[in-house]
Amino acid sequence: MTAVPTAGQDDLLRVEDLKVHFPIRKGVFFDRTVGHVKAVDGVSLTVPRGATYGLVGESGCGKSTLGRAILRLEEPTSGRVLFDGTDVAALKGEPLRQMRQRMQMVFQDPLGSLDPRQNVESLLSEPLHAHGLGGGKAGIAEKIRGLLDAVGLPSAALRRYPHEFSGGQRQRIGIARAVALEPDLLIADEPVSALDVSVQAQVINLLEELQERLGLTYLVIAHDLAVVRHISDVVGVMYLGSLVEQAPADALYEQPLHPYTRALMSAVPVPDPEVEEQRERILLAGDLPSPADPPTGCRFHTRCPWRQETRCDDEVPALRELGPGRLVSCHWAEEIRDGVLHPRSPEEVLHAGAAVHPGTGGRSRDDDPTPFLGRDTPVPRAEQG
Amino acid sequence: MSPLQAPVLEVEDLAVRFTRRGEQPTLAVDGVSFSVAPGETIGLVGESGCGKSVTSLAIMGLLPRRGVEVTGSVRFDGNDLVDAPDHVLRGLRGADMGMVFQDPLSSLNPTVPIGTQVTEVLLEHRQMSKAEARDEATRLLDRVGIPDPGRRLKEYPHQLSGGMRQRALIAMALACAPRLLIADEPTTALDVTIQAQILELLRELVVDSGTALVMITHDLGVVAGLCDRVHVMYAGKIIETADRHDLFARPRQPYTGGLLASVPRLDSARGAPLTPIRGSARDAIPWAEGCAFAPRCDNAQDDCLTEVSGSTVPLVPDGPGRELRCRHPLEHPSAPSGATASGAAR
Repeated sequence: MTAVPTAGQDDLLRVEDLKVHFPIRKGVFFDRTVGHVKAVDGVSLTVPRGATYGLVGESGCGKSTLGRAILRLEEPTSGRVLFDGTDVAALKGEPLRQMRQRMQMVFQDPLGSLDPRQNVESLLSEPLHAHGLGGGKAGIAEKIRGLLDAVGLPSAALRRYPHEFSGGQRQRIGIARAVALEPDLLIADEPVSALDVSVQAQVINLLEELQERLGLTYLVIAHDLAVVRHISDVVGVMYLGSLVEQAPADALYEQPLHPYTRALMSAVPVPDPEVEEQRERILLAGDLPSPADPPTGCRFHTRCPWRQETRCDDEVPALRELGPGRLVSCHWAEEIRDGVLHPRSPEEVLHAGAAVHPGTGGRSRDDDPTPFLGRDTPVPRAEQG
Repeated sequence: MSPLQAPVLEVEDLAVRFTRRGEQPTLAVDGVSFSVAPGETIGLVGESGCGKSVTSLAIMGLLPRRGVEVTGSVRFDGNDLVDAPDHVLRGLRGADMGMVFQDPLSSLNPTVPIGTQVTEVLLEHRQMSKAEARDEATRLLDRVGIPDPGRRLKEYPHQLSGGMRQRALIAMALACAPRLLIADEPTTALDVTIQAQILELLRELVVDSGTALVMITHDLGVVAGLCDRVHVMYAGKIIETADRHDLFARPRQPYTGGLLASVPRLDSARGAPLTPIRGSARDAIPWAEGCAFAPRCDNAQDDCLTEVSGSTVPLVPDGPGRELRCRHPLEHPSAPSGATASGAAR
């Protein structure tokens, strides 16, 4: 590792203008690239050591791709990922492998990410063997017992296989595997969304406990705003490949500044009838536009209830500072905050959008950024970097 | 049951038993009773494996006959459906009873355009001509908020987004203005902003056409905003029934209380501790041996087990409009929060 300290001393992770574009290929005989799905399009963020950065957004906004690109599980198209001062995006071969020891990932689907033919002992010792850690058989056995204890599984679990566990227990195994190498950074991609509600809280508490005990730095990727609010210090909101707002968790939830954040938060159901009846609901028009053909100007303008005649359609808003630690990319953030501008109904937004942009909003999807785009077939994602 | 309007659907003592050769039969639904009146929305809430989806399939008569034993009664307009022959059920399903499933992609036929799938219902149940059916389908898609419905009719399910597929499915369910709509996790596969749109659509539907809605979900937030009455299920039985305001303000069953305390809330402060329920739904014991939730419950005492008390835990009235299955419920002097008694697991 050639550590060249460039960033602030306490920033463990710095992402600078990161882009991940997937080419769309067309044709059977002439394999030509007809466009790009801009899954991540110029994201910059910083995660201080020991902090938790929460990344939220709807499916297809590029949050998972961003997380994978930081670990180089996805090849970045451009931009830099500085991990403790080293540019991960430029590493290759052995140095990259060494670096991965310090950054680990917890996946969404614990059953899909654990080899069904390996028992827990083998699953947990594998990373230790791979990185030559643990100090011999006895050392590894000792370490594994410690890990099981840390994630709250009985030592009888060692001889059992992933299918014998419940979802929550499987996620604990996934977490144990990720912390086995004593990483500095843990990227958790939807760590609780596959779990039952009563079990989600157990895993969230476990993550918090481990952070405190091992001094971990987290990047938590989730679509559930309540979960993200619960564990994050700083929250970044993504829409169509870009950050639209970033703020300290409490400030963001007290007063969201970007129209998309406002809509997102007003859409989250709260388990309390009194709150549900009184809250102001901002319904968005239509679906997420295709990241292969994102709208011009502000990418949110096709669905934005506060869209204005000027600037929104043709001028890309910069992410600018609007108060301490608060970044927002909206031309009209101040006016919206001060109540000068008023939102329109989804029907009005749809009709305005249809008049101006007959193309956008029509072909839109809100799932994974790869599958169906008519007859244009994107290249399957490379699974390993 | 409101005395003014007779319930559309009355389920009484419904039980579903899955039998497999060489294995102990599984009792997925165990004596569930509830009713829905026109214009009413009820919620069946519970975690995976609690039997909520099997309940809905049993009501619609969609469970396979082989290896499944359905007992009890399901009365739709007073007619029993449990033993009804297939042609009767087929006449009702799609016409008087509609259902929306969780995963719209696997509930739509991938090889048939959306338009054909919507008009199929109209041709079958409303004896329309093809041209009429096409116009009606366009109107339906427009009503559920699909832009440019005329063009969408010709498209295949994979060309639509998740939210639009779910709308198309709702359009099909609404095609014959059913008096009962069963929605099984209709928004679970969708993003929150799309979820908000779909829930708004369902809300309008109930208000405008007086459809009775059975909402099956695991999301307490969805229940809080939509359902009039809520039935909480655990291991195949209803364990608590209440008006939604009562339920969220004063949960009585420790399981309900535990669920509410373990959900992170958008409006609670950062770092406010979550109180999880220990263990998982796998730890449930058979109801015959005692309260299925007892192994995970902080209030559990010896008499929660059948061998100590001599009887299984009954579902008993618990104040106006409430029913409860618990021997040691949570007490609420005045505090409206749903925390379980003293620091729970971990």
